[in-house]
Amino acid sequence: MTVVQDTAAGFQSAALTGGRSLRQIIWARLRRDRVAMICLVVLVLFYLIGIFGPIVGGMVGIDPYKFDSASISDNAGKPVLDWGGISAAHPLGVEWGTGRDIMAQLLFGLRISLVIATSATLITVAIGTVVGIIAGYSGGWTDSIIGRFMDLVLAFPFLLIVLALSGVLTQRLTQLGVPEGNPSRILYLILVLSVFGWPYLARIVRGQVLSLREREFVESAVAMGSSKRRILFTEILPNLWAPILVYATLTLPAYIGTEAALSFLGVGVLPPETTFGAMLATSVTYFNVVPTYLFIPGTALVILVVSFNLLGDSLRDALDPKAIH
Amino acid sequence: MTNQTSDVLDVTDLRTYFPVRSRGLIPRTIGAVKAVDGVSLSLDAGETLGLVGESGSGKTTAARSILMLVRPTGGSVKIDGEEITDLSARKLMPIRRKAQMIFQDPYNALNPRHTVGAIITAPFKVQKVVPPGGVKKGVLELMERVGLNPEHYNRYPNEFSGGQRQRIGIARAIALRPKLIVCDEPVSALDVSIQAQILNLLRDLQKEFGIAYLFVAHDLAVVRQISHRVAVMYLGKIMETAPRELIYSRPLHPYTHSLLSAVPVPDPKRQAHRKSRIVLHGDLPSPIDPPSGCVFRTRCFQAQERCAVEVPPLVELAPGHHVACHFPIAVEDLPARAEVQALTADDPQEATPDVQIVSREEAADGAAGAAGKGRGAQEEALDEGGAAEEGVSLNKPRA
Ligand SMILES: Nc1ncnc2c1ncn2[C@@H]1O[C@H](COP(=O)(O)OP(=O)(O)O)[C@@H](O)[C@H]1O
Ligand code: SF4
Ligand SMILES: [Mg+2]
Repeated sequence: MTVVQDTAAGFQSAALTGGRSLRQIIWARLRRDRVAMICLVVLVLFYLIGIFGPIVGGMVGIDPYKFDSASISDNAGKPVLDWGGISAAHPLGVEWGTGRDIMAQLLFGLRISLVIATSATLITVAIGTVVGIIAGYSGGWTDSIIGRFMDLVLAFPFLLIVLALSGVLTQRLTQLGVPEGNPSRILYLILVLSVFGWPYLARIVRGQVLSLREREFVESAVAMGSSKRRILFTEILPNLWAPILVYATLTLPAYIGTEAALSFLGVGVLPPETTFGAMLATSVTYFNVVPTYLFIPGTALVILVVSFNLLGDSLRDALDPKAIH
Repeated sequence: MTNQTSDVLDVTDLRTYFPVRSRGLIPRTIGAVKAVDGVSLSLDAGETLGLVGESGSGKTTAARSILMLVRPTGGSVKIDGEEITDLSARKLMPIRRKAQMIFQDPYNALNPRHTVGAIITAPFKVQKVVPPGGVKKGVLELMERVGLNPEHYNRYPNEFSGGQRQRIGIARAIALRPKLIVCDEPVSALDVSIQAQILNLLRDLQKEFGIAYLFVAHDLAVVRQISHRVAVMYLGKIMETAPRELIYSRPLHPYTHSLLSAVPVPDPKRQAHRKSRIVLHGDLPSPIDPPSGCVFRTRCFQAQERCAVEVPPLVELAPGHHVACHFPIAVEDLPARAEVQALTADDPQEATPDVQIVSREEAADGAAGAAGKGRGAQEEALDEGGAAEEGVSLNKPRA
């Protein structure tokens, strides 16, 4: 109750500045936050590169699949040039053993990393929101059963299951008509991330709905004869987007990290495709000889994840009415 | 569907109990909060019934039960002659057009993510009603009618003050021209200066549209300004109900006396008698385990053995004046001062509370009511000044 009133009172002071919607107020606040704006720019760049990088790269002749045998020595596959074979043709060097261009791999790997993390986040948010709203608003048995089921999902040893089931389930996806190889493996990653991820959000949403449904505007909606559907999606849902948005911006980088870890453990995509995680896995093998190789995908990963996390934090601050000045 | 009764609202023996469940793996029902326990009332078109009682006496639950926002445990609710307690949510739909609600807390009653326009449009959308001239025009007219600037159509509730928010709530409630509006303490959360404006608006709308109000409040002062009849509620039951003037000039129930004693009510008739001070201590007993017999007996200065064993029925002592008490008492017969030490939860079986009574004669003796135990000099000074309203109030108005 006090939280609710704080919210109201807090937004009121911000609202005195004029007839602006909550969204505008929050955007204005975010605009003043320099870190948030930098992160936002970085992330937009990452997405642009993820979407258009491979296309542009292809046009200027960057090809992650091409073996450049001239750039590696014959016996150990070691890059001929120093610093992992950095040259005008290969600005970030070449891969050991194959001579494939690392910058091209980064561009293509970023795309797959983003596709996996973004789709998994969207699915997580969709499932988590719907289940959370239903559990919170229905209460009673529905809520109990959903609650127990979520406990069950959360109690599963995620890593063990994902590793153990990877072979079987990837094959099953192929049988269901998903193209064999990497498409199936990517879909598998998206599915396991979502399946094990939604209960966290569902819990947050459920908690919010439990307090929202006691608010009198919901009661008023009932009193005028609103359908349950209208109450859930027109009255309650718009009050949930703030926590959902914050959760999504914090989940996405976690998924990028998890995907990297899984690729590192061998569940991810197969060569010649690559992701940040797969690149890390390869580079670790050569760490003693060419430490720079590890730093390239490592740095890219860290920038991406940190930008998301910082943006998520700023968003949470911007949405927190008590932090208004 | 309308039958011969002309009442807009007819409530008979309404009971709403909330189950009390044990904690644990398999929750069991181990008792019930008897929030509303046998309430009967009725309302004519264009009439206002004030429902008064201290916090926790079950007023909100009664209001919500009447609109089926919480399903009553038993009893009957008829709106415009039609029994609604056993209707499904779908069958209730058309009836909801006739009965609306205005809420106590204007900050919670409006969805913070909807614009004012959307909020007032909602009833039309939900009930699929199009006013002449279109929905948008109807909404703008409503805003104008309740004293809002129609240019604020696209603003959000957080941009409005408490009083303006309550106007938005009122516009939403009258949108479909209901016959009945249940107002649950609509002005308790507002500044005193704004309370009067909102009460005036409600009264004007009543005259214009012939709406009946069930007007809930926790003190008798607010209700006095707007009600035609008043019902006094205590621990889920109606204690006394009468036309407005009678409640203030000829109250008969000890609980009503103590409520009036706590609220300054300017009334020449009452000034004529030396005003008494009935001071109640302690809290409302728990509605899970209400006192036997009369529920008020643990705090009643009139209580006797009989009150612990026999539930007093609500009987008509004068035309339109119903009282649920074995020993009703008129203003003239009140002692100058009665201080009631409520029975604690430990001794609910004891029949009568500890009462200190100062008779008129004693008080008149100029002995300054020396009999009153624990009576400080300050309180005596208050007595002397006749400032009865400053006595320990049963119902401190909320800040
Ligand atoms: N949903 C509920 N569940 C359990 N008990 C409730 C519920 N709503 C109200 N009560 C109880 O019912 C009693 C009456 O409450 P309420 O109707 O809010 O009184 P009032 O509006 O007169 O202050 C209180 O003891 C309160 O604790
Ligand atoms: S019935 Fe007895 S206890 Fe109840 S109000 Fe009357 S006198 Fe008091
Ligand atoms: Mg109440």
